[in-house]
Amino acid sequence: MEKDQYKGWLYLLPAALFLAAFLVYPLVDVFVYSMEEGYNFASQKSYGTGLYNFSYVLHDPYFLQAVKNTFVMVVITVPLSTGIALLISVGLCSIEPLRKLFQTVYFLPYVTNTLAVGLVFMVLFKKTAYSDGLINMLINFFGGESVDFIDGPHAAKMFVMCLYIIWVVMPFKILLLTSAISSVDPNYYNAARVDGTPPFRIFYKITLPMISPTLFYLIITGFIGAFKEYSNAVALFGTDLNSAGMNTIVGYVYDMLYGDSGGYPSYASAAAIILFTIVLTITYLNLTVSKKHTYY
Amino acid sequence: MKQTASKPHNTSAIIRKAITYTGLAVWALMVLFPFYWMLLTSVKSYSEYNSEYVPKFYASSPTVQNFLDAFSTVPLGRYLVNTLVFTLITTAVMLIVVTLSAYGFARLSFPGKDLVFTLFLALMMIPNELVVITNFVTITDLHMRNSFAGLILPSVTSVFYIYLLKESFAQVPDALYFAAKVDGTSDLKYLWKVMIPICRPTLITVGILKVIECWNSYIWPRLITDDQAYFLVSNGIQEIRENGFGRENIPAMMAAVVVISVPLLVLFLCFREKIMAGVSRGGTKG
Repeated sequence: MEKDQYKGWLYLLPAALFLAAFLVYPLVDVFVYSMEEGYNFASQKSYGTGLYNFSYVLHDPYFLQAVKNTFVMVVITVPLSTGIALLISVGLCSIEPLRKLFQTVYFLPYVTNTLAVGLVFMVLFKKTAYSDGLINMLINFFGGESVDFIDGPHAAKMFVMCLYIIWVVMPFKILLLTSAISSVDPNYYNAARVDGTPPFRIFYKITLPMISPTLFYLIITGFIGAFKEYSNAVALFGTDLNSAGMNTIVGYVYDMLYGDSGGYPSYASAAAIILFTIVLTITYLNLTVSKKHTYY
Repeated sequence: MKQTASKPHNTSAIIRKAITYTGLAVWALMVLFPFYWMLLTSVKSYSEYNSEYVPKFYASSPTVQNFLDAFSTVPLGRYLVNTLVFTLITTAVMLIVVTLSAYGFARLSFPGKDLVFTLFLALMMIPNELVVITNFVTITDLHMRNSFAGLILPSVTSVFYIYLLKESFAQVPDALYFAAKVDGTSDLKYLWKVMIPICRPTLITVGILKVIECWNSYIWPRLITDDQAYFLVSNGIQEIRENGFGRENIPAMMAAVVVISVPLLVLFLCFREKIMAGVSRGGTKG
């Protein structure tokens, strides 16, 4: 039995080694980096410790722009995508024919490469010298002016951005909500129907409370995901997000780390830590709210 | 469930049905339209595409030239092979690592197991964006940039999948284990001959989820590779977009997009039930 005691550890060893090297050590290290002032990649030296990196990042106009963009994306996409997903899921659960087909179709964006499909959105919305693009044709048809959604005004870019984010995040939300709704005990509905309860009231008084844990789970993960938005922006506007004015906080972190503007792991670390302070705060607020309103 | 189907006894029920179907159809259209548009554009010839000021919804003379261009003008084949190699190795290594530790947690007993398991679960909360900075430095210092090792190593463990598998392993009755022990079967052999066959559905689910994740990964490969010979499809398509086919050859670009999207769509249509069940148990992205 003596030997067996250590056998279990042997099975855990590979996972433990990888986790230590690529998850635990980096987590500690990111805080070290963030405190090292003037860290230089080439000489591997810094000239002091302190909070200067944070102050630099917080005064960087690119960072402030990124924070603003990220908040706009969060505030628009989280409520809209959750709301629309809820509507669609309720609709899906109330029909029998074609339900499977709809579910399959709705799931497609989940298994597509978002970088690749982003190019399709770009083509649809872009205004070039040869063509105004399909969406502008539609706008013209209804009597509007053509807008360049990809290189044009900031609001137009933000519109495509949010639309694309919603398109990408919907499958997951629809999937979870439909399975939550269809697992509500049908007896509740039968009882309500005997009492002649109108459909909207059934939804509000039975369905919504019963699926509230899933709903809050989606809202919380939705917030976290939206705060970490990055690759969808790259998909639409290319890698130089700063000059497109569409950078996000995560994008700022990576730009500081690598690429033409890169080489500053300390600034990147400081920005990443600021991001997670924001995310933790929002998640904490979400959890506080959800505790009050969730029915288990 | 809500309306016991089949008997829409009054007009308001019929209207409600009609509205529901219309709404659902509208969203289905919005999901499918980009796919239709990329397919359509990919078979239009360069001159046809550029001569249409008002884009047409059909291709008057479909061509496969764009697909040939996509493979000859830019190294799309190379990107695909890289992604395939990366995906297969990462998934295989991850399955081994994850299976071993899930088995350790589920079946073997050793001092400190519960504590270690709790620590593992706590690691699930560490966001990738925080650790990627140091990982980038680590891999650079190890001179593993532009190599498969550098691409693969940081993503071969997942605490969440360990947890998922452990739950599945734990459901296998203990009696089987003790019976095997009496027969003198080693732990490793028991894992291989009994546990893995019984838990194959969960293993397949975990494998498929990892394949999807690998195929679509962008951020890490972008940080760690700047040599086109090691680009994955996500980076490849970005490269194609920024300096690929010379002057805005949108149809060829769309052909590349089709080629990149098809493998996962096929995988999805083959394993539809498995993937959807797996994602609702263990998916993220949302």
